[in-house]
Amino acid sequence: MTGYTPIEMMTVAASRSLAEGDVCFAGVGPPSEACNLARAVHAPDLVLIYESGAVRARPRNLPLSVGDGELCETALCTVSVPEMFCYWLQGGHIDIGVLSAAQIDRFGNINTTIIGDYHAPKVRLPGGGGAPEIATSCDRIHLIVRQSRRSFRKELDFRTSFGFGEGGLSRSEAGILTAGPVVLFTDLAIWKPDPASKELTVVSLHPGVTRAQMHASVDWNIKFAEQVEITEPPSDEELTVLRELHKRTKASHFPKKI
Amino acid sequence: MESKLLLGPSAMGKFCSLKAAVAEFLFDGATVAFEGFSHLIPFAAAHEAIRQNRRNLKLVRMTPDLIYDQMIGMGCANRVVFSYAGNPGIGLLNRMRDAVESGWPNRLEITEHSHAALANAYVAGASGLPFAVLRGYSGVDLPRVNSEIQEIFCPFTREKLAAVRSVNLDLAVIHAQKADQAGNVLVEGILGVQKEAVFAAERSIVTVEEIVDEFDTSVNACILPNWKIDAICVVPGGAHPSYAHTYYDRDNASYFEWNEISKDRQKFLDWMKLNVLDATPEVFLSRALKRANVE
Repeated sequence: MTGYTPIEMMTVAASRSLAEGDVCFAGVGPPSEACNLARAVHAPDLVLIYESGAVRARPRNLPLSVGDGELCETALCTVSVPEMFCYWLQGGHIDIGVLSAAQIDRFGNINTTIIGDYHAPKVRLPGGGGAPEIATSCDRIHLIVRQSRRSFRKELDFRTSFGFGEGGLSRSEAGILTAGPVVLFTDLAIWKPDPASKELTVVSLHPGVTRAQMHASVDWNIKFAEQVEITEPPSDEELTVLRELHKRTKASHFPKKI
Repeated sequence: MESKLLLGPSAMGKFCSLKAAVAEFLFDGATVAFEGFSHLIPFAAAHEAIRQNRRNLKLVRMTPDLIYDQMIGMGCANRVVFSYAGNPGIGLLNRMRDAVESGWPNRLEITEHSHAALANAYVAGASGLPFAVLRGYSGVDLPRVNSEIQEIFCPFTREKLAAVRSVNLDLAVIHAQKADQAGNVLVEGILGVQKEAVFAAERSIVTVEEIVDEFDTSVNACILPNWKIDAICVVPGGAHPSYAHTYYDRDNASYFEWNEISKDRQKFLDWMKLNVLDATPEVFLSRALKRANVE
């Protein structure tokens, strides 16, 4: 096996969770990357839906923006943004929402709005975009977030999108009927919510990752499952396809330099 | 009756220069949207507004990106209504950040929504309704900081839902592929909320790639009728560095470059002087073509 980076491991692990026939709402960045890797490796008929209105997009490159032309050109059809959010998302026609975040807490709530106080921010982030309603309207959510103490917070600075609230039954008590985050992929591990408390719990460590590394990169006291597995490393095929995808994408962004 | 409206005698009067259109329809203090969801973003029109030194604008847009970063940095705006303020796939909007975090060049108020809510608010405005209703904002913090998000109960089922104030604009500015001789406009590709913005506005300016004798398209095409449009300005390449489906591709390299230019106040001002203040709408064609030729 050739070497690979922790980020590649994260993307590959997330891509494996998406199956043929799933209808996915793909956010830009790592989510879209995992979705397109899945489509290229094992799930050619994975249905990718982008919030710009592109339905069943089949891009050759990774889109830089969710509104890139290639999404529309390769889509089954392109609908308006209000139709996308009202009929397709709120209407309940999406299986999996794949999301990323700047901050996440132990119950899978996420922040993409602000670091610091809302009215006197330290860092003004882009904001929620589609995420607040993706998080509650898709049947289930897959999260992809790089682990660090800055990102994995005991308390979020702002709750942009709902995971499991304060845990337990908070989600249904808030009137939300969908499953919420069923899995979290990081550069170090795979996490799943505890069935009762809903706290995200480590179920698999990526090869070579230690529990000390896990504790050092998270701001709360982590729970591990009774049986913690070791994630299957990326296959040659997965790595090759992922790297080709990046190479093609970069060439399309900077045609002069290639 | 329909044909009379479509071919109304005033149609030809709508065609004018971008400079004249902005001078006539965009006033200081206006609530205005320069819309476009990654696609057909009216860059040329926004640059004209900057050149004409508009002030105290309330800028509305789902995805403020480079043009709002530029308008904010040049002191044109005192409020932004938005749902995602980033340079997609690259990072943050550095000029908007500087205004929100440090008040440079002036204090900037924000009204922040999710995409679903703001899309619905546009639909409500286009529909002549005072508010929109959606199943959203459950258990999250935005309703705490935006008083234009309220709870409402369904009168039939008692389900708790979110209500948001509709978007009502003084002016909508969009870019589109084509206008016909009668002044109707065709929009193709990623539609965003272009149509909703025009219908939610008192006035509208549309920049187009070209004027054609007639549209060669399907009966269900997205067409904005001439009586909803106040000015049509031919500005080929006017959406660059965003793109116009079937005309030219998105110039992603320019979006990466903007991230560097916008980090520094002086570098930003120098770039704006050279590329906006001392430029004209005619430069857009060569910018868009330069990108197309490289590919």
